[in-house]
Amino acid sequence: MQKNTQEFKTNFETVCAILEKHEFNPHMLVPILQEVQAAYSYLPEDVMNYVANALKITPGTVFGVATFYSHFALESKGKYIIRVCNGTACHVRKAVEIIKVFQTELGLDDKKHTSDDNLFTLEEVACIGACGLAPVITINDDVYGAMTKEKTIELINKYKEEAVNA
Amino acid sequence: METKEFMIIDGIPVEIEGEKNLLQMIRKAGIELPTFCYHSELSIYGACRMCIIEDSKGNLDAACSAQPWPGMEIRTNTQRLRKYRKMILELLLSNHCRDCTICERNGNCKLQDLAKRFNVDAVRFPNTATEPVRDTSSHCITKDQSKCILCGDCVRMCDEVQKVGAIDFAWRGSNMTISTAFDEPLAESNCVGCGQCAAVCPTGALVIKKDTEQLWKELDDENVKVTVQIAPAVRVALGKQFGFAEGENAMGKIVAALRRLGFDEIFDTSTGADLTVLEEAKELLDRLESDAANSGFPLFTSCCPAWVTYCEKNYPELMPHVSTCRSPMQMLASVVKERFASSTRKVIHVAIMPCTAKKYECKRKEFEVDGVPRVDYVITTQGLIQMIRESGLVFEELEPEAVDSPFGIRTGAGVIFGVSGGVTEAVLRRISSDKSAIGLHTIALQGVRGMKGVKEAKVKVGDRELRIAVVSGLGNVRDLIERIKAGEQFDFVECMACPGGCVSGAGQPYVPESEVDARGKGLYAADKMCSFKRSEENPLAMPLYNGLLKGRVHELLHVHYSGSEKEE
Repeated sequence: MQKNTQEFKTNFETVCAILEKHEFNPHMLVPILQEVQAAYSYLPEDVMNYVANALKITPGTVFGVATFYSHFALESKGKYIIRVCNGTACHVRKAVEIIKVFQTELGLDDKKHTSDDNLFTLEEVACIGACGLAPVITINDDVYGAMTKEKTIELINKYKEEAVNA
Repeated sequence: METKEFMIIDGIPVEIEGEKNLLQMIRKAGIELPTFCYHSELSIYGACRMCIIEDSKGNLDAACSAQPWPGMEIRTNTQRLRKYRKMILELLLSNHCRDCTICERNGNCKLQDLAKRFNVDAVRFPNTATEPVRDTSSHCITKDQSKCILCGDCVRMCDEVQKVGAIDFAWRGSNMTISTAFDEPLAESNCVGCGQCAAVCPTGALVIKKDTEQLWKELDDENVKVTVQIAPAVRVALGKQFGFAEGENAMGKIVAALRRLGFDEIFDTSTGADLTVLEEAKELLDRLESDAANSGFPLFTSCCPAWVTYCEKNYPELMPHVSTCRSPMQMLASVVKERFASSTRKVIHVAIMPCTAKKYECKRKEFEVDGVPRVDYVITTQGLIQMIRESGLVFEELEPEAVDSPFGIRTGAGVIFGVSGGVTEAVLRRISSDKSAIGLHTIALQGVRGMKGVKEAKVKVGDRELRIAVVSGLGNVRDLIERIKAGEQFDFVECMACPGGCVSGAGQPYVPESEVDARGKGLYAADKMCSFKRSEENPLAMPLYNGLLKGRVHELLHVHYSGSEKEE
């Protein structure tokens, strides 16, 4: 909460500009939230509260919309966003096992998606259109196919090293 | 001659008289179609599909959201419809707790009623009910997500009628819940505790907090003197549960029941209301006299705790306009506690209220003296009904009894506090210079009576015309405040959070808006039976002001709310 407040203060002008651009029109809530997320990388509570007040709708309504669409993130995301495909092809090729390995290695679970060091965020997605590579994952913009448990651990170590060296 | 229009319901012609939807037509035809999500005062949601009907072509439609047209032919009770209704109930029950015997709403639950009515004797789907997911943070309401059927009645009540918007749908699909913003506990949200959500909830997902168990212990304890006050609106809402007509005044029997339950001193909140009238009228006259610049206007009433909380949370800048008078409950409680201060036994004070927000008010720090609250327990009308049932008393057969002296002496002005417009009428009776019977009737005809959400009146006081607004339902309150902010002038505004005033408080047995009127009429009838009509005629007033209250009026009868603090 403290952190959110700080971020909110520093970026106060960003959300104002977004609201002004949409002329404080409550019907534009979804595009406004999309732009807020693009600017802040997620939807901080304070910013959602601010948006609600500015649009004269309740914070509950904003929260309802923000939680309805899986596109919106309510928590800040890590440096590396891991998307594990769990579409039909990947699912039958045991994508769930890959998810489990990521969770165990990174200390995550079904509710906790971002690692404590703020490096990794794990997301489960439906088909990403690369079924031939099943089970497939992406880390930021890179695609990795035919994943195994061993490959998963290797990848984690690779990105951890990259983060240290960066 | 105007031709009449008809439609056919189950083979019987029914005249269309401007009904908005098929459901109203069907109910007019004497058929009680089942619904979860339909309430005439809320918008149409069409989610539960229990009110499905079949037309002559075999099409299915929800009656609540379909319009009637002349010549339309529908059936409401076919094999197919019964099958679907039963399936809907089974699906609802498949992830719903079925421990009805230990549910707060046992015997008063729509899901239970309809399951019985449609003869659901087995649920063919796997049981995916979860453990209770309770939010007990609020002093007024308990929310249990596991019993929610997502009908959305609470959301629409909170948003449309009350315009509080504390709860809304959140998440999606099978994860959907009714939630406050950011999943905050209710007590930390913008909820004001009016309880109207619980009043319309068809299951045990939203229930009123109960404090009866602790109270029983106090009643059993010989070292405790239990004093109690009964609010005006309670007496016209309780009787129905024991076979009396809606709105019938059951005060005498309630007093008899309380005495049998073990209460030691029984008083009437109307006496506190008389004090409120005297203080509030004085405040109004003082402001009229001293305030040439009109900056102190309008003066808002302060009897309704949900309104006060609403103002604190949404319009803190208006708090200086809210009367400093304590609510009648708190005024009487102060006086009672002072009166028995020297008692050798521990004295506690209980208030029987139609209200859920009073449960929060009684816990406010402003009303504590050395850490002890003035009102120790607030028990709702429903809570009292439950206590009477638990005790085994046959309420119907109780001989009516009178309240105790001295705080049972009340005037008609104090009694009508329980209905929207009552506070205003009582204050007008006090400040009007015409003290004749005709004057009294004239005040009643100024337009302050009735169940309308917003009533406006102009009344001459001395050489000044007072502009008065009487508002009930927090949504109407918000609209009026916006009008005031836009520049409209009012001098005195009575605000009640529940539509129609305390008679439709969420602590009362629930009746639809259309039936609340009977309770209001019951209070006006009780007013007629009072020997004294004006609060200043209360024989208790003079001795109180010259005795117990001397030099302590501000300390005991007024309050300064410490701002927009949240519930703890």
